[in-house]
Amino acid sequence: MPRQLLRNGQVVTDDWRYLLELEAAGVDTAIVPALIVPLARWTSERDHWAAHPGRLGVVLQPADKVEQLGDVIERFDLIAAEFPGPTDGRGYTQGRLLRERYRFSGELRAAGYVRRDQLFYLARCGFNSFELPDDQLATAMTAFETFSAEYQPSNDEGLRRTLEHR
Amino acid sequence: MYRYDAMDKRLVDERVAEFRDQTRRFLAGELSDEEFKHLRLRNGLYLQTHAPMLRVAIPYGLLSSAQLRMLGSIARRYDRGYGHFTTRQNIQYNWPALETVPDILAELATVEMHAIQTSGNCIRNTTSDHLAGVTPNELEDPRPWCEIIRQWSTFHPEFNYLPRKFKIAVTGAPQDRAASLVHDVGVHIVKNAEGEVGFEILAGGGLGRTPIIGQVVRDFLPREHLLSYLEAVLRVYNLEGRRDNLTKARIKILVKSLGVEEFKKRVEAEWELIKDSALRVDEAQVARMRSHFNPPPYKTLADSEPAAGKDAAFRAWYRYNTAAHKVPGYRVAYISLKKADVAPGDATDAQMELIADLADRYSFGEIRVTHTQNLLLADVEQERTFELWQTLAAHGLATPNIGTLTDMICCPGLDFCSLANASSIDVAKLINDRFDDYDYVYDLGELDVKMSGCMNACGHHHVGNIGILGVDKGGEAWYQVTIGGAAGADASLGTVIGPSVRKADVPETIARLLAVYVEQREGDERFLDTVRRLGVKPFKERVYATPVAA
Repeated sequence: MPRQLLRNGQVVTDDWRYLLELEAAGVDTAIVPALIVPLARWTSERDHWAAHPGRLGVVLQPADKVEQLGDVIERFDLIAAEFPGPTDGRGYTQGRLLRERYRFSGELRAAGYVRRDQLFYLARCGFNSFELPDDQLATAMTAFETFSAEYQPSNDEGLRRTLEHR
Repeated sequence: MYRYDAMDKRLVDERVAEFRDQTRRFLAGELSDEEFKHLRLRNGLYLQTHAPMLRVAIPYGLLSSAQLRMLGSIARRYDRGYGHFTTRQNIQYNWPALETVPDILAELATVEMHAIQTSGNCIRNTTSDHLAGVTPNELEDPRPWCEIIRQWSTFHPEFNYLPRKFKIAVTGAPQDRAASLVHDVGVHIVKNAEGEVGFEILAGGGLGRTPIIGQVVRDFLPREHLLSYLEAVLRVYNLEGRRDNLTKARIKILVKSLGVEEFKKRVEAEWELIKDSALRVDEAQVARMRSHFNPPPYKTLADSEPAAGKDAAFRAWYRYNTAAHKVPGYRVAYISLKKADVAPGDATDAQMELIADLADRYSFGEIRVTHTQNLLLADVEQERTFELWQTLAAHGLATPNIGTLTDMICCPGLDFCSLANASSIDVAKLINDRFDDYDYVYDLGELDVKMSGCMNACGHHHVGNIGILGVDKGGEAWYQVTIGGAAGADASLGTVIGPSVRKADVPETIARLLAVYVEQREGDERFLDTVRRLGVKPFKERVYATPVAA
């Protein structure tokens, strides 16, 4: 069953598929129109995936360095950061670097452990797409309204609103 | 002091609303214990041995009388009539009910207070010199910079889930009264050869299981770059700090494992890329922040000698519990929260309200919290110190012991904390009972005793001239003793003198250490200087030469 997620403030059906899920299910990945590949696989099989006929995304683990995408970032329509649990905050930095340093303008997705209480902070780090549990999809949108102002510059791409600042 | 504008107020109110909703969802079973834990910690709420513990931020230790009155009122209405001031200039309540915490936070918000980021793996309350702005030899008042850091770090979206907690201390005087060398980052206001004022930045200090003195990462940082530099330090730490082992996750372990040069290289490389971003602190911002810390309307007075001709009790208090002020005719007055039978740092609701009144009457309505767990009134007219003392003495708040043996720093220990191995408050009482002769205590001079109930070192035992650490030995609490630690500008870590001792033997152990000092000291050298000169050996020999008599 296709996944539902929150993207640009809308609950939508996910049009992307993860390579590892497809391989586990024995699906031929060559015909998938929008495919998310782990960074490790992209790195080791780059020519193969670079030639993928459809749209391509990449998913980063917390320890992955965004610098590895520096010269190929144009190839990706989606970059996902995997959050393994409620405490690992490396993905927040990955998001800001992708948006601010590497000027990534595609879909920046928070994957893995993503809950409504993180959304405001994730959105301020540039994430605009969130793989929430299904039962939080409808209510999570209010999280973008948590605060009306900010004390520090960040990247509010995903927030889709302007915060008051001094 | 810094006053909230409409935006600050709204943000704190929004935080209360956020936490109220999170608490509601937890109580309704929509959030698991584990999920709620990370949310409540960022609002200072622990679930402890007996009840929740709520830690309220006192940014860089500064309180208005209205704020202190509110803290007292909360102690009375939501707790058991007292609060505990901590070594990081916060206050802790040990008995609030979980359901009432959103209401407590809402009441705090009405006086511009909160518990934001007082716990959890995020940037904590920024601490500073409790004599900021009034001490005679200060280069610059650090508090405007503390407030700039407070704002930058509040709800920082990138650094809310760090590998571990992160503590910053800022000082502006040569003496370090903020223990900045044992902070994750120490910021020292300094002047360079060209006479420009900027910052020396240290990183990687900390106590806990692996105590380390912070190292200089940058000798001189132009001040407009303070926030971009901190952001670079935090970014390197967020990405590179260890997350596989809680006890190795502080930045001190990263700095140590990379070496300070490599750590600095990585920070500077990151900083180069962001130093000219919107993080630059412009002069208008600094000027606006400074205007919040303008000196109060001092009278034109001359210095006097208020203790002359007064009785011995006042003279002792004046000597030990007051300190020099940069403005003629004024004096800093400490309010000691250390005395026998009271846990160090505890104050009752009535005491807090009384001190708030005294602040209004004698010190422009402001109170400060020291990292040694006392309070102080920073701007008292010298000629009014006697009447201030009379009131304090009548309410048990004039123990004349600041900087002496009985001015101990002490964590809440096993009585209140689920982490502790051993009690600490009753050991403080044993020490107080043993050393109740003030002539002897005064003769010992400056002496820092610091005690922690476990390796987490909330009582800073590593940097006590005498440090006492509670350890668990087969289910029984024993105490390990260190000597030679110091928390100031010449910070050092204490050395363990030998096997740990029983609780009942702690006072005698200290007495033996002090006997060696009294016999061996040269001139007016402090206990610390004697330990540094002689080393641990003679002290160790005396302590373990004969068993402590039962």
